[in-house]
Amino acid sequence: MDVILLQILNGLDKGSAYALIALGLTLIFGTLGVVNFAHGALFMIGAFCSVTLQRILSWSFETIDPDKTDFLGNPATVKTPYVVEWFGESTGLAIIDWSVPLAILFSIPIMIAFGFIMERGLIKHFYKRPHADQILVTFGLAIVLQEVIKAFYGANPIPTPAPSAFTGSFDFGLLLGFAENTIIYPYWRMVYFAFSLVVIGGVFSFLQFTTFGMVVRAGMADRETVGLLGIDIDKRFTFMFGLAAAVAGIAGVMYAPINSPNYHMGMDFLVLSFVVVVVGGMGSLPGAVLAGFMLGILESFASMNIIKSFIPGIDQIIIYLVAILILLTRPRGLMGRKGVMEE
Amino acid sequence: MLGLNQRDTKFLLIVIALTLFTPILLQPFPADSGLAQFNAGYPDLMQRFAIFGIFAIGFNILFGLTGYLSFGHAAFLGVGSYSTVWMFKLLNYNVLPGLVLAIIVSGLFALLIGYVSLRRSGIYFSILTLAFAQMSFNLAYSVLTPITNGETGLQVYNDDPQILMGENGITTTHFFGLKMNASHIMDVGPWQFTFNFGYYFCAVIAILAFYLSLRIFRSPFGMMLRAVKSNQQRMNYTGLSSRPYTLAAFVISGMYAGLAGGLLASMDPLAGAERMQWTASGEVVLMTILGGAGTMMGPILGAGFIKYFENIFSKINDQVLHGWFAFLPDGLENALVWLLHPFVGKGWHLTLGILFMLVVVFLPGGLVELGQRIRNMFRKKPKADNDGSHKPQQTPHVAE
Amino acid sequence: MGLLEVKDVGKRFGGLQALSDVNLSVQENTVHAIIGPNGAGKSTLLNCLIGKLIPDTGSVTFQGQSVLGRKPHEINQMGISRIFQTPEIFGDLTVLENVLIPCFAKRDGSFRMHAFETVEAEKDLNEKAVAMLEDVNMQDKLQMQASSLSRGDKRRLEMAMSLVQDPKLLLLDEPTAGMARADTNSTIDLLKEIKEKRDITMAIIEHDMHVVFSLAERITVLAQGTPLVEDTPDNIRDHPKVREAYLGETQQT
Repeated sequence: MDVILLQILNGLDKGSAYALIALGLTLIFGTLGVVNFAHGALFMIGAFCSVTLQRILSWSFETIDPDKTDFLGNPATVKTPYVVEWFGESTGLAIIDWSVPLAILFSIPIMIAFGFIMERGLIKHFYKRPHADQILVTFGLAIVLQEVIKAFYGANPIPTPAPSAFTGSFDFGLLLGFAENTIIYPYWRMVYFAFSLVVIGGVFSFLQFTTFGMVVRAGMADRETVGLLGIDIDKRFTFMFGLAAAVAGIAGVMYAPINSPNYHMGMDFLVLSFVVVVVGGMGSLPGAVLAGFMLGILESFASMNIIKSFIPGIDQIIIYLVAILILLTRPRGLMGRKGVMEE
Repeated sequence: MLGLNQRDTKFLLIVIALTLFTPILLQPFPADSGLAQFNAGYPDLMQRFAIFGIFAIGFNILFGLTGYLSFGHAAFLGVGSYSTVWMFKLLNYNVLPGLVLAIIVSGLFALLIGYVSLRRSGIYFSILTLAFAQMSFNLAYSVLTPITNGETGLQVYNDDPQILMGENGITTTHFFGLKMNASHIMDVGPWQFTFNFGYYFCAVIAILAFYLSLRIFRSPFGMMLRAVKSNQQRMNYTGLSSRPYTLAAFVISGMYAGLAGGLLASMDPLAGAERMQWTASGEVVLMTILGGAGTMMGPILGAGFIKYFENIFSKINDQVLHGWFAFLPDGLENALVWLLHPFVGKGWHLTLGILFMLVVVFLPGGLVELGQRIRNMFRKKPKADNDGSHKPQQTPHVAE
Repeated sequence: MGLLEVKDVGKRFGGLQALSDVNLSVQENTVHAIIGPNGAGKSTLLNCLIGKLIPDTGSVTFQGQSVLGRKPHEINQMGISRIFQTPEIFGDLTVLENVLIPCFAKRDGSFRMHAFETVEAEKDLNEKAVAMLEDVNMQDKLQMQASSLSRGDKRRLEMAMSLVQDPKLLLLDEPTAGMARADTNSTIDLLKEIKEKRDITMAIIEHDMHVVFSLAERITVLAQGTPLVEDTPDNIRDHPKVREAYLGETQQT
């Protein structure tokens, strides 16, 4: 029982990331009808927003401390971050410590702007082109973004710690009456899960309760008719693209402490997120979220030793296997609508 | 000749000539000149031209004709490589059994994957093939380590059986005694040309592969595949079952990929799982699109183009750049070098990505279309678009 | 017994009884029209005839063989050819290739791996295709890309693709839907011409009365999912039930 609980928990954080990326993919696909292979790259850029902000906040000036000497006997230089200088010791260090959550604020305008530029500058020209062309051009864009990041940040993963308040783990086992250390779960992953729920909830209520969201949902159902109503649907769709980019971005920002950002993380997540979208049902938002969590948890179960000894290698392929089975038995995915991408 | 019409025969002859004289054509600069770095006439690179040419030609039979975009073709490349290396380990270094096995195994593998994936079309097909390829890649790294040797990669060891090896067997890959690494170097004045057996072996196979695909393009079967791309529903209502056609195309292109993988292993007896990764699948898509999908010449051009510039760009470093711009004032020189730095050397993929986007946006027909546009520009007489040279849909079919 | 026999066909979608007790029989060498106002179940019936939908009850047989549950290509191979609302052709291929493909399908069945022959070498089929295109006055457009044809020519090409297979039954699904009057008339002329030249059975599903009365030799009127009457055009025109249910409305519009 405790083992099962632990696996479910372990699956949640990855599942959250899948769900958030898949949500954005589905938004873009549902509203614009575009298959965006660069969406993983947006997730990666989000993660690097964390890295960048941490670096910016840590920018320091050097002073010579006359009281200390280094091992050669020369006067030692001391680095003082500007924020410490400006806000004082405790506030300054706290700001640096909290750079990952702060990066959310930092990344949202960046990601939205990025989404706008991407949609207006590139994607717009591909609405009427075949899906293969959309895949290809966004695939090219993904390569470019990945390589740009690599050129600036190098090829190695960059550790980006969470605020020190969230280091360490919480012992769920004790809480639920199991033995000590049976179900321990890092705090930050809890935060990530809660955060993703908030974002998902936010997106859904935005679509459900605002006029804007209503128009977008109508547009997802029938684009031409909504266009006939005299609503400038294109502008709203551009905004949707920005929103989807922002969702992917903040998903990446918060994921940085869980998995040190590297340039190919976007591609790694993209492939899986696409599988998630397909399993959930192309064009279905609840399907994307459901499938994201489901596959995350399944993956975590499959990596249990007992299951691996039963079917070796199952943890490596479980997601793909499930995707293949689902596509063959339920061609539209778990919650897919009729007629999406079925030409 | 050979069941081809006049124009196709001419076309085939040109390809043969180009392939045979590649070692000379790609070595236009004298060996000790400053431009020698742009030469591409060394065996290793030329072999890659031929091998990836085969890979792309095969991919084009599927994507170019039927429009089914597979994102998992590298899996067949990897399977081909593994099969060939296993033949080296079990029999001896003769490449023939390995290549035959590579084609058979990858064909069977393609049959399995294609049978499942082709139940769906469009983007679902792309994702299914991607899923299968990633699955194969992950398995090759983990559970299948006894077959694939995991991260180290499969290679031949001294204690392998090699039952046909004999006492003084050849210890490098060969074709009935002709060693793949055997080269003849010819000096003509300041020029140096290398004629490598391995290259010619690959080249002959590539020509055969090209000829086969030419026949397929012009056959009723090829016409049916184009019908699949054009209007699958109409095809079904015309009394044709589209799935066997697409499956046949998928298996054929899988076998081409397996052959290419086998040749890679034949030139360098090593097989690693990274050959199966989806970025590798992406590469063959790039080659085909860049050259011009659905055209005969496109995939070869694309493969050559990408492999050539990969090689050249990777060699250019800051020092080389400084050398080029040395005539400029220092400030400008440094600025230019700084500007170009991200695109060369290790930044080759960045250049490739940009190039790829530009092609998809502005030149959906790839390099072949570019060639046609330039030609039409020079001809100065406005000709209808569908009068190009090698696009299959433009072939005259009447018995005129 | 007729060429195409529909017996007791019923189909229900959730709470909606789309078809019930449909019985009709298309006789050989006649043009049989199935008409009815919107929502009468014409499309549902058509989809049952072509195997796209399987009715809940009843049977559909063609020359004594059931067509239910068969795939589109199997139905075509039985000798039923379809004409669509909007012309369905292979846009990327040349006009000649468009007609060659059905020729190959007729001769070789639903799949054949003829990868090492050339299309040109098939002299018989080429001649047959060219002759067919001459029949529909398109002999000077053989090498044109099909997607660049005018709409009228596309319709002619589609007809040629069907006729070159010598189908026993030609199934037309609102062949003039959305057409201008002039196009409609030329389509009617084309169909009349075809009818004169060869012995062919046609089943037309249509709501345009002008088309129906110009072509049909027998008419079945469908209303609310069930056949109202079946008779010759002249009798249908004067049939009080039909006037009430259908014709009155359309003549006003």
